[in-house]
Amino acid sequence: MLAQAAERAEVARYWSANLAILGVLLVTWFTVSVALGILWVQPLNRLRMGGFPLGFWFAHQGSIYAFIVLILVYARYMDRIEARLRKR
Amino acid sequence: MSIQTWTYVIVLATFAGYAAIAILSRVRSTAGFYVAGRGVSPLANGMATGADWMSAASFISMAGLISFIGYDGTIYLMGWTGGYVLLALLLAPYLRKYGKFTVPEFVGDRYYSQTARVVAAFCAIFVSFTYVCGQMRGVGIVFSRFLEVPIELGVVIGMLVVLSYAVLGGMRGITYTQVAQYVVLILAYLIPAGAISYKMTGQVIPQIGFGSALADGPNAGVYLLEALDQIHRDLGFPEYTAAFVAGKRSQIDVLAIALALMAGTAGLPHVLIRFYTVPSASGARWSAFWALIFIGLLYTSAPAVATFARVNLIQTLHDTPYTEVPPWFSNWEQTGLIAFDDKDGDGRIFYSGDPARNELEVDRDIMVLANPEIAELPAWVVALVAAGGLAAALSTAAGLLLVMSSSVSHDLWKSVIRPDMSEANELRLARVIAGVAVVVAGYFGVRPPGFVSEVVAFAFGLAAASFFPILVLGVFSRRTTKEGAIAGMLVGIGSTAAYIIYFRLLHPELGSDAWLFGISPQGIGTLGMLVNFAVTLGVTGLTEAPPAEVQRLVEQIRLPSDYEGVHIPAPVRGDSAHGIAASQGADSSR
Repeated sequence: MLAQAAERAEVARYWSANLAILGVLLVTWFTVSVALGILWVQPLNRLRMGGFPLGFWFAHQGSIYAFIVLILVYARYMDRIEARLRKR
Repeated sequence: MSIQTWTYVIVLATFAGYAAIAILSRVRSTAGFYVAGRGVSPLANGMATGADWMSAASFISMAGLISFIGYDGTIYLMGWTGGYVLLALLLAPYLRKYGKFTVPEFVGDRYYSQTARVVAAFCAIFVSFTYVCGQMRGVGIVFSRFLEVPIELGVVIGMLVVLSYAVLGGMRGITYTQVAQYVVLILAYLIPAGAISYKMTGQVIPQIGFGSALADGPNAGVYLLEALDQIHRDLGFPEYTAAFVAGKRSQIDVLAIALALMAGTAGLPHVLIRFYTVPSASGARWSAFWALIFIGLLYTSAPAVATFARVNLIQTLHDTPYTEVPPWFSNWEQTGLIAFDDKDGDGRIFYSGDPARNELEVDRDIMVLANPEIAELPAWVVALVAAGGLAAALSTAAGLLLVMSSSVSHDLWKSVIRPDMSEANELRLARVIAGVAVVVAGYFGVRPPGFVSEVVAFAFGLAAASFFPILVLGVFSRRTTKEGAIAGMLVGIGSTAAYIIYFRLLHPELGSDAWLFGISPQGIGTLGMLVNFAVTLGVTGLTEAPPAEVQRLVEQIRLPSDYEGVHIPAPVRGDSAHGIAASQGADSSR
């Protein structure tokens, strides 16, 4: 019974860790794509990065690079907490 | 060798390769046919997903389209990649963990309702069908332009190729041919992109090239995008990089369309089903990562290709005497996709944003296909582009055919009509349905019904407003009920479809002033999705919680694939002691 309660707590911890990182990553996802590339694109376009207006660069390039990094971070993090849960 | 000879050589070589893979990877079980035996490595699946996802439209039309709309191209670039984040974070690992064969099967089990499964199966068939007709059409166009065979014959050849590996090898054959097709299509895209970038800016990497200065021509030394904005101002077009100015989409519309495409991407059955083929939930996440790398290679190059093509086109043609146009102009002129109308009678091409004075009409679809010729690249590069376009169209068509085949044979026939059907018979049926679907798609590819092109553009909005919310809630909320999900799906897809039909079919004369909140029919799926979420949650609050075993199913799919422990679920409502006893029983029998 005790072992079961401990395991239930462990599983709950795994799931809330998952929800927490999902929250962080989804906010980042929204920021790099919608906020930087669409909502704030006009003020950002006054800044330049090399030959790119910055807002335009986020919309056509930066958001896609950020998407790749977001999935990489998530896949690595989940592999880690999955391993922790399995080790018990 | 001429362009045409090269094209025959390269296209025949790639087709022979696909056929060889088909024969090597034929299958004998339904698991092999529907989900490739679940043994595909995440890397290979990522590549296959890339080819599956990037259709004739991504390969042929997207860069050309962006080169005419500039900043507004954001909706496609962001919309068709950002969805993979939602997929990797919210859906793919859980659908894989749930296992089994199809997306409608998940919907039916999670919402403990055969009705939900049948509705989902019909949605999957409808969305996939409209899509596949466009692919067969793309095959026909490439054949007719580069090999100079009639479109009909081109479609028939394409049908035979897809038929050979989809019917023999099912998902397994499709997966490994898609891997090969990805390699062909990405080389066909990146080689000309790099060559043009080098030619114009001295930078081989196009993603850097389009932020660099022009190497020669009248604007040498000026940043390419600045020069392009200046050219646009001079000719009376809105600035290329400017957002939300006159002649471009409004901010709210760009936002709505981008979100609809992202959520729609994450809800499309032929993409979701690819993640059933890897060994585990972790594999599904890694597979989404690889998929987005492979897709990103093309999607970050496309906006660069778009600007090169735009500058090239204008510098080559604007103010040029008609008698001195380059040979590619005359080639494409014969297809009717580029046209010169000498309005002021001075014999020179005048290109302008003012429709009354503009003398040059260019179809956006030719930009990628004509680009290598415009940049004077060697004949084999032009031929490779043709093979790449075919690879993009065939790989997407095959993935869609499998969804249609499994929806009919597994979700409708096996589950509703003949539950006692043997595996051998189901496999035979799946092959027959795949064959029938190829033939029907080919027919509509040759004679496209008017509604197809209209509907294809809106498939994403419909997927966003129907599938996406109930799939996400199905995983992240145990409490969501079948009544909630069915009501949400119907209201979401119904309201979205009604808006599209109202503005596109009933009142095409109405302009953007009449749009709700300034959102175009293309972006309305975002609103439909929010409505779906609200209705699903509202109705769920009013109805009885799902049965304990469904809540246990949800608990189970949240856990890692190879998790060995005794899991004890805690049902939201009902007898928890009973839940524990039942789950222990189930676990000890494993």
